[in-house]
Amino acid sequence: MVRHSVIKFLKIISITSIFLINHSLVAAQKNYAPQLDMTVNRGVIKPISLAVPSFIIESGANSIISRELAKVISNNLDSTGLFKSIPQSAYISMPLSFNTPVQFSDWSIINADVLVMGSVGLKPDGRLEVKFRLWDVSQQKEIGKGKQYFTNSESWRRISHKISDTIYTRVTGEGAYFDSRVVFVSETGPKDNRTKRLAIMDQDGANFRLLKHPPSLVIAPRFSPTTNKIIFTGYETGKPRVYLMDLSSEEITSLPELKGMSFAPRFSADGSQIVLSMTENGNTDIFINTLSTGVKRRLTTNNAIDTAPSFSPDGKSIVFESDRGGGQQLYIISTQGGDAKRISFGKGRYATPVWSPRGDLIAFTKIKEGKFHIGVMRVDGTKERLLTTSFLDEGPAWAPNGRVLMFFRETPGRAGAPSIYSIDISGRNLRKIKTSSFASDPNWSQILN
Amino acid sequence: MLSFKICDIKIHKFRTVDEAKIMKNIGLAIFVILLLVGCENNKNYKNSLDKAQISESDIEYFQNLVGDTVLFTVDQSGLRPDAISILNAQVNWLKEKKFLPITIEGHADEQGTREYNLALGARRATAVREFLLAKGIEQDRISIVTYGKERPLRVCSNEECWSKNRRAVTVVGKKIVD
Repeated sequence: MVRHSVIKFLKIISITSIFLINHSLVAAQKNYAPQLDMTVNRGVIKPISLAVPSFIIESGANSIISRELAKVISNNLDSTGLFKSIPQSAYISMPLSFNTPVQFSDWSIINADVLVMGSVGLKPDGRLEVKFRLWDVSQQKEIGKGKQYFTNSESWRRISHKISDTIYTRVTGEGAYFDSRVVFVSETGPKDNRTKRLAIMDQDGANFRLLKHPPSLVIAPRFSPTTNKIIFTGYETGKPRVYLMDLSSEEITSLPELKGMSFAPRFSADGSQIVLSMTENGNTDIFINTLSTGVKRRLTTNNAIDTAPSFSPDGKSIVFESDRGGGQQLYIISTQGGDAKRISFGKGRYATPVWSPRGDLIAFTKIKEGKFHIGVMRVDGTKERLLTTSFLDEGPAWAPNGRVLMFFRETPGRAGAPSIYSIDISGRNLRKIKTSSFASDPNWSQILN
Repeated sequence: MLSFKICDIKIHKFRTVDEAKIMKNIGLAIFVILLLVGCENNKNYKNSLDKAQISESDIEYFQNLVGDTVLFTVDQSGLRPDAISILNAQVNWLKEKKFLPITIEGHADEQGTREYNLALGARRATAVREFLLAKGIEQDRISIVTYGKERPLRVCSNEECWSKNRRAVTVVGKKIVD
């Protein structure tokens, strides 16, 4: 049971980047604590009722963007399961100007808890100017400070994600995750002749794009912590081998020290190292490779299959799977080496462990009695909870805030194919991410810069 | 003598041949049956082979009549008796073709996770490699690769297909250079 009673008002996360400039608006109240209650009790949750009118159009902005900004925010927040948007058709009035006083009675009568008010204008230099304010309807108070963004007009979706993150963070106290991307494998063709391509999309499935690479098989791309690179396994030479891709140029680099058969790579939290598995003489072990020097260091020497390694956020430990005890189970080993400590002891096989960015949990795939599950457990192996079950659920990936997981679910049989799903770590809110092709092996970026 | 040898391999082959291949090549299956009938009737097998334009030295002969595929038990990489008899036939054929490189591809069924299945496929390919090495096939001819569950041969989601997908395939004429 979780109870967020009076929700903490977090400090406003400043947004700086080439594209986004953030200014505080006037009239903010310091130390405001919203009085919204969000109660999670026995699997029943009362979502916060949200009104997001189309953004007020200022100086030359078009009405499509004004509607879409609001729609993307509603969709993001609804997708958490913690908010529920009131349809615009139920609104009694629409705000006409960004600075006129809010008619709270028009919003309380439709039972809105929270009102998002925004405006969008087009500057003479072609940039969009987007402003927003967040209101607690029953308290008739502003929640946090207003924000203002400037961006080129192609990046309007990112403004919606930034605003969604601010609302989500202020109301729930959880970390942001909407302004993020997912790299994954796009799959086409029949099951016995699949074409797999590396692809990238926004967290909500928008802006899908295939990445350039040779036509050979590709597997499991993973983001660097700064989100400007991915590392993946490709078969360009005919064998599985780890490659690095720069996402802005889409240039691929092979790492000479990883020839042979190398796969299952992941970055360390500081991006300086990768952990992966390599197969020599039929035996698969874990290695750590330092990218700047190309020096690789063997971490395990067991005769068993040691694979699917993942760094802890502090860089001190690796969680991985091994069948050294007879079946696949999860183990933790220091990045300095030494003995590995087994953490999973339940019936069935445990695989693909991934350390939460918050450091508190490990997500995994579990295979038990012919079914696949996505689950989480504490780092010491206690408090195991299975979140999903199906014919084949595999490969969990953490959202940047450590609250939500994506994974892929494959359907059985001749027409069987994978799709990407997301689920809250509470086990609620299972959602299929819409993609234009079959999709597998998702990996979630950090919040974009 | 040669005829007898071909016939011998062929009969042995017919016991253990991968059904999938036969299903895919019904024409070839009929041909094999004719060939077997030919054996029993003491006809000239060499002529039969020429008619079908498959000679003993063709890679197609290796794939379909020697058998390029061995199967494995769930989550295992040990060689079963049926695998060993196919591999012995592979060794005999490969010793006659010293100039040909080979690549052993290891595969797994869809009942495991991606990374584990890559490692399992590598174990299976290695088991075949070790067998061929022990029987005197030259080390520098052999490459191995794992595909894990990425390249299923059969697409149903039950043991009938899974048992055919847990395999190691000896691909003649292919060499992987790192």
